[in-house]
Amino acid sequence: MFSPQVEIMLIASVVAVACAIVGVFLVLRSMAMMSDAISHSVLLGIVLAFFLTRDLASPALIIGAAVMGLITVFLVEMLHQTRLVYEDAAIGIVFPLLFSIAVILISRHAANIHLDTDAVLLGELAFAPFDRFIYQGVDLGPKALYIMGAILMVNIFFITIFFKELKIVTFDPQLAAVLGISPVVVHYALMSLVSITAVGAFDAVGSILVVALMIAPPATAYLLTDRLHIMIGLSALLGVASALGGYAMAHYLDASIAGSMATVAGLIFAIAFLFAPGRGLLSVAKRRVEQRWNFALVTLAIHLWHREKLSPVVGNAYAIQELRQHLRWSSTYFTSVMERALKQGLIAKRDQYVQLTEEGRNLAREGQGF
Amino acid sequence: MPTNALDVSDLTVAYKEKPVLWDIDLTVPPAVLLAVIGPNGAGKTTLIKSILGLIPTVAGSVRIYGRPYKEQRKQVAYVPQRGTVDWDFPTSVLDVVTMGLYGTLGWLKRPGKKEKKLAMEALEMVAMQDYAHRQISQLSGGQQQRVFLARALVQQAEIYFMDEPFQGVDAMTEKAILRLLKDLRSAGKTVIVVHHDLQTVPEYFDWVTLLNTRLVANGPMEEVFTEANLEKAYGGRFMQLKATARALP
Amino acid sequence: MIELFNNLFFDHTLRTVALGAGALGIVSGALGSFAVLRRQSLLGDAISHAALPGIALAFLLTGNKSALVLLSGAAIAGAIATWLVTNIAGLTRVKYDSALGIILSVFFGFGLVLLTYIQKQPNANQAGLEKYLFGQAAAIVEKDVLIMAGLGLVALFLLFLFWKEFKLLSFDRDFGTTMGYPMALIDFVLTTLLVLAIVIGLQTVGVVLMSAMLIAPAVAARQWTDNLAIMVLLAAFFGALAGVSGTVASSTISRMPAGPAIVVAVSFLVVLSILFAPRRGVIWQRGRDYLLRQRFRALGGKKDV
Repeated sequence: MFSPQVEIMLIASVVAVACAIVGVFLVLRSMAMMSDAISHSVLLGIVLAFFLTRDLASPALIIGAAVMGLITVFLVEMLHQTRLVYEDAAIGIVFPLLFSIAVILISRHAANIHLDTDAVLLGELAFAPFDRFIYQGVDLGPKALYIMGAILMVNIFFITIFFKELKIVTFDPQLAAVLGISPVVVHYALMSLVSITAVGAFDAVGSILVVALMIAPPATAYLLTDRLHIMIGLSALLGVASALGGYAMAHYLDASIAGSMATVAGLIFAIAFLFAPGRGLLSVAKRRVEQRWNFALVTLAIHLWHREKLSPVVGNAYAIQELRQHLRWSSTYFTSVMERALKQGLIAKRDQYVQLTEEGRNLAREGQGF
Repeated sequence: MPTNALDVSDLTVAYKEKPVLWDIDLTVPPAVLLAVIGPNGAGKTTLIKSILGLIPTVAGSVRIYGRPYKEQRKQVAYVPQRGTVDWDFPTSVLDVVTMGLYGTLGWLKRPGKKEKKLAMEALEMVAMQDYAHRQISQLSGGQQQRVFLARALVQQAEIYFMDEPFQGVDAMTEKAILRLLKDLRSAGKTVIVVHHDLQTVPEYFDWVTLLNTRLVANGPMEEVFTEANLEKAYGGRFMQLKATARALP
Repeated sequence: MIELFNNLFFDHTLRTVALGAGALGIVSGALGSFAVLRRQSLLGDAISHAALPGIALAFLLTGNKSALVLLSGAAIAGAIATWLVTNIAGLTRVKYDSALGIILSVFFGFGLVLLTYIQKQPNANQAGLEKYLFGQAAAIVEKDVLIMAGLGLVALFLLFLFWKEFKLLSFDRDFGTTMGYPMALIDFVLTTLLVLAIVIGLQTVGVVLMSAMLIAPAVAARQWTDNLAIMVLLAAFFGALAGVSGTVASSTISRMPAGPAIVVAVSFLVVLSILFAPRRGVIWQRGRDYLLRQRFRALGGKKDV
């Protein structure tokens, strides 16, 4: 159909989009680490389903994996509900155990299973184009593309149909319950999506990098927008960017494609973390500095205003020297605040005396809130 | 001139975008039982946390008995809100109270017999000596509050900061705590309490600080706890509160 | 059984490996207790995954494969990861769990890029870096055990020294601040010890499963006691027990990987503890509820009101 390179990029993009759009809800519901748990424990589902069917291509593997994903969620909740274990500790106990059992089963029966733990963990996208979907002798393209495409469709279908329900359960679970939308049902439905997406994706990118694709693009989008549907679209877009950028990087370095995708997803997040308008580190720092100056100006204005009212003098001019003593600011800080206040026309200065302008009085009144 | 127990000047605190406390000037004489009151979001907890250096301030200075707070730590005791710690933490009542002595113990030194004895005495003052070896998760809300009070008592401070010590405790504990606070005041200690029940203010306290982001009023109860000031602090909400605040002077 | 003990004492390789796993269990159990109580269970997961690029970079920069060099790289990467998680969550609206997920997976992905890059280098005698993924207990030699034991002793000594301060930090940080303790510094020291504990386990258990060694012994130990000191000792004991039995299982049963075996062993201890621990355990609680209901009914109470 296409060249293998294009096919790899296509598969990577589909995986990234499928992961990103379910990841949005994990990020918003503070359940990001659940993706880590599920993506590990689905391996046990695959292994057990394989023992039953003896067929690595069987769709039962995906079902087995999805069921195991739900069992993970259930076990975590059960442990947490005994009130003997904190929730984060419950996650950290359940998935290593399920994953360990899977690894033991695989290595004990290695001769019979063509599952390699390294591949499960790390994924190997480069081999995906070799596994073709051939129908009646016609090569229809790589199987992975069909599987992931189907999973993506399921995700899109579910999120579109139940958008309103997902939104309410995410932002106001109590309201949802009152409206008759069961948070539990929506929760488990969402976890099923995470599970099947994790199974489909980890063939391509491995279980740990599923986490990168599910969390990094939505978290990046979260820094850029407040609107849910924009966040979903943006996450998908950023997912594709990570996939394609990752492929280019892997090609250049001749290194792991999945690892490169995760690295690029991380770099994109880092850029947003630093530079996102309004919410990035830089804007926050800038705002803090401005805020400090504003506080100082308002404090200065209020101080002068109070003195006008409490101890009026002719022309309401006050000695700068005295003012500095009252405000107890360092002299350099005091000088720069005075300069700013002069520049903004809040005070007028004559020799060693200052007085509040009408503008300054307004600022003081505003600052006082009366 | 006698030294004030607490002098706060020009204290300004900002959280993210908004100023939470604006230019607070506060003087508190020694040996008073003070209620910090104000509507939700007025910055009551923020006030005592920023005085204690738990929240960074934008501007302002704090003096305890005339000297900077950092030099006076040993004169200060703190009772945080009960909900701020994990009561399932594997530790005993006596152990929690002993933590109040870590400040005087200093680095590396372990609490010994002397500290245990002091902690037991503090527990007796709150009538919790029988619970000394209980695990803290087995306590009721009122008992937890008593343990926190004992931890502050064992510090043998001059000034006490308490964040909602009456929150969610039973009537009997409330009475017991009140008696204890009044005893502290009689012993010349200064007690600063974040409080939210307007009804009990006149009965419990003799000094009031009214707060709503800015300082609305600060002074003796009779002077400050007036309808005009309350309306200033609570605004429109005061009308609704008025019906319940029958205890107004 | 007798043969097994015989082997444990006289088989040099097995003894070495078991000693290493035991040391790792003690240290991770003790420090994991604090991680669990401070709700930092999954931070351990992020730190251990983040160690991978540290290991790879240490090798790339020095060309040296000795455990000490690689583990230093792991420790530095782990510390950077912790710092990033805290700051991402603290400075922006991105929440703690998302920050953990991002740092964990992105660091691991970058580690993978480096690992595959190293493998393709013509000169590299790289074989052996992969063992840090799942751990390879069998490859542990006496020198490794000495390093692990040395680091472990340092960590345990500091834990003993600053016991009071760490307890204060874990229970009521703000209260510590009001008494004048520099809680941020104490936090830094304790987190550094946690990184150290993780690094010690990487060779045996690997980056993927290391977090279980921090969490599980602590959770199991918590059920048996309400005393922090006993909990830490018990967690250390459980960790060592799981470490030794896992490695023994791995060496006696063919094709049994050590890391997963250790994790299964320690999870077994968790299940036992949660079910059977006196007072807190599920069965104990159920029994108490049952007796209460019986007594209630004996007094003439009605069933299910």
